[in-house]
Amino acid sequence: MIWESVKLALRTIRRNVLRSILTLLGIVIGVAAVVALVTIGEGAQSRMTSELSKLGSNMLIARPGAPTPGPPTGSDARSFTERDVDALRNGLSGVRAMAASSTKGAKVVYGTASQDTQVTGTEPSFFETQDWSFTAGGTFSDSDARSGTAVCVIGATLVRELFQGEDPMGRVIRVNSMPCEVTGTLAPKGQSAFGSDQDNTVVMPLRTFQRRIAGSTRIATINVSGLNAAVLPAIQADMTDILRETRRVNPGEEDDFTVRDMTQIAAAMSSTTTVMTGLLGAVAAVSLLVGGIGIMNIMLVSVAERTREIGIRLAIGARASQVLLQFLVEAVVLCIIGGLLGLALGYAIAGGGALLLGIPFRFNATMAAVAVVFSGVIGVVFGFFPARSAARLDPIEALRHE
Amino acid sequence: MNAFDPHAREPIISLRGLRRFYGEGAARVHALDGVDLDILPGEFTAIMGASGSGKSTCMNIIGCLDRPTAGTYSFSGVDVSTLDNDRRALLRRNSLGFVFQGFNLLPRTTALENVELPLVYRGMSRGEREHRAAAALKAVGLEGREGHTPSELSGGQQQRVAIARAIVTDPLVLLADEPTGNLDSARSHELMRLVTDLNRERGITIIMVTHEEDIAAYAGRKVIFADGKIRSDVKVAA
Ligand SMILES: Nc1ncnc2c1ncn2[C@@H]1O[C@H](COP(=O)(O)OP(=O)(O)OP(=O)(O)O)[C@@H](O)[C@H]1O
Ligand SMILES: [Mg+2]
Repeated sequence: MIWESVKLALRTIRRNVLRSILTLLGIVIGVAAVVALVTIGEGAQSRMTSELSKLGSNMLIARPGAPTPGPPTGSDARSFTERDVDALRNGLSGVRAMAASSTKGAKVVYGTASQDTQVTGTEPSFFETQDWSFTAGGTFSDSDARSGTAVCVIGATLVRELFQGEDPMGRVIRVNSMPCEVTGTLAPKGQSAFGSDQDNTVVMPLRTFQRRIAGSTRIATINVSGLNAAVLPAIQADMTDILRETRRVNPGEEDDFTVRDMTQIAAAMSSTTTVMTGLLGAVAAVSLLVGGIGIMNIMLVSVAERTREIGIRLAIGARASQVLLQFLVEAVVLCIIGGLLGLALGYAIAGGGALLLGIPFRFNATMAAVAVVFSGVIGVVFGFFPARSAARLDPIEALRHE
Repeated sequence: MNAFDPHAREPIISLRGLRRFYGEGAARVHALDGVDLDILPGEFTAIMGASGSGKSTCMNIIGCLDRPTAGTYSFSGVDVSTLDNDRRALLRRNSLGFVFQGFNLLPRTTALENVELPLVYRGMSRGEREHRAAAALKAVGLEGREGHTPSELSGGQQQRVAIARAIVTDPLVLLADEPTGNLDSARSHELMRLVTDLNRERGITIIMVTHEEDIAAYAGRKVIFADGKIRSDVKVAA
């Protein structure tokens, strides 16, 4: 009986293809919106998680400049000095690794190949703070760091672009005309959260960098990695106290530097995403509601148009419950078709969006099933009233209907 | 032919003091105003009378499509007025066949599917349904027209489809309200031969409303309505 009703429903729908499609638009758009949102949201979430693990675990980053919302500028702010770094090194506890660093754009040349890149000058523990591993060699020695030797570690992009298969270990590259021996190569890290290639990099001792590349003793960033997540708030507070003292910030004055907890930033970012998803989800819900009302409207029209048909069915012995079932099944079939179309559209949008935003695309089978089932539920809810009005028709009145 | 001997059987349909009013107060219409009628199994009854005399109203009540305002209607000894809507639907489905003046076939639906419809509501399997529907169409002489929709059939053929749909469930009673009203004289007589055969060969009880004497002449009994009452009830030699 159900199967007969489904076949009958499909036939009725096929008879009014255009009208059915227009009716379905609300459901299609609603389901597509939900599916696209959830898929893109999950992709963004998973990319953010992998981004954060690339940053290193339990990481605090100090930068010059007052805490302001938005990305740090720091260009006109007073940079850190050797003294600040030493004070932190002596004053902090619970620290796993700590490294001061500065960065500058530069051109690197090897043989006939050249590449624009980012040069970072830092301390040997830099790689440990970032959880960054080596494919060959290792970090520079403390003596290299102290004496400012011309050695460097290069990222995976430079290995590829400059050496093209040749073994870079022990070779000498030129960084802005400074010859520099490659003593290590880094494991690939991929793109940063802001889209730059983190593997297009040269890392050298801070002293070498200050003397030969930057020409100043400025320190732009201090990375501190805690032993575990629990000690981070204490370390953050200590860092602030120590830096205020060494930088002679008067009591009551605002900090002229910022200490950020990267996990807090991650939490803030993911809560923003949650709010956005929630808002867009509400829009999708409204769309589904409108879609449901559309279904109800078209089913009422259908019942009115087919009053005579209902009369005939009742006259030859259909029970009221069978007429109810027929119209309910028709609404449900209509909605499920809409749900399937919405699913296809939603995944198409999510696929395009994932490609555009460079985030992973994930097919979530549970959500697909929920979307289709939910469409069916909309059919039951909004199809019930019209179906009941069909089932309640008086046979003789329905037959007389023109 | 003992089975069809009217005197040996209880009436299958029994109407007592049947009334059906439409409207209220001064505008009240007494469509049926006290009808007593017994129909015996296997009888072929023609109902005649002036327009507005209550014939269709009476047929609709017998067909369980409408309920009387007062009076009793029993079918096979069961008081139909006490049945709920579902029971009445079952009675229509299993024991009654209805043929209308306006055919009332489903449009854009093939002859075979139209005839199958009452069996769909019985929950019969597709194979058996198609088999029985094809047999019913063959019985009304429409073999080879199974795949035609009503718009592809003549009026006489459409009415035959309607009869096939009415008899596919092997009903006890076939109700026909002016079945030849939309047919020309030659088609009308063809249809009446078919109806007579159903009565004689299958023993189906037939109640038929008509305005034409020569159509009524096929019946063995003629009941004449006037102003919602029965004016005369005569048996004629078949
Ligand atoms: N739904 C209705 N509402 C109000 N009055 C009705 C309704 N149906 C029938 N009537 C009235 O009841 C009376 C009997 O109608 P009915 O249809 O039974 O007549 P009939 O004998 O079948 O006539 P005809 O030969 O023209 O078909 C008529 O006066 C008609 O106007
Ligand atoms: Mg009439």
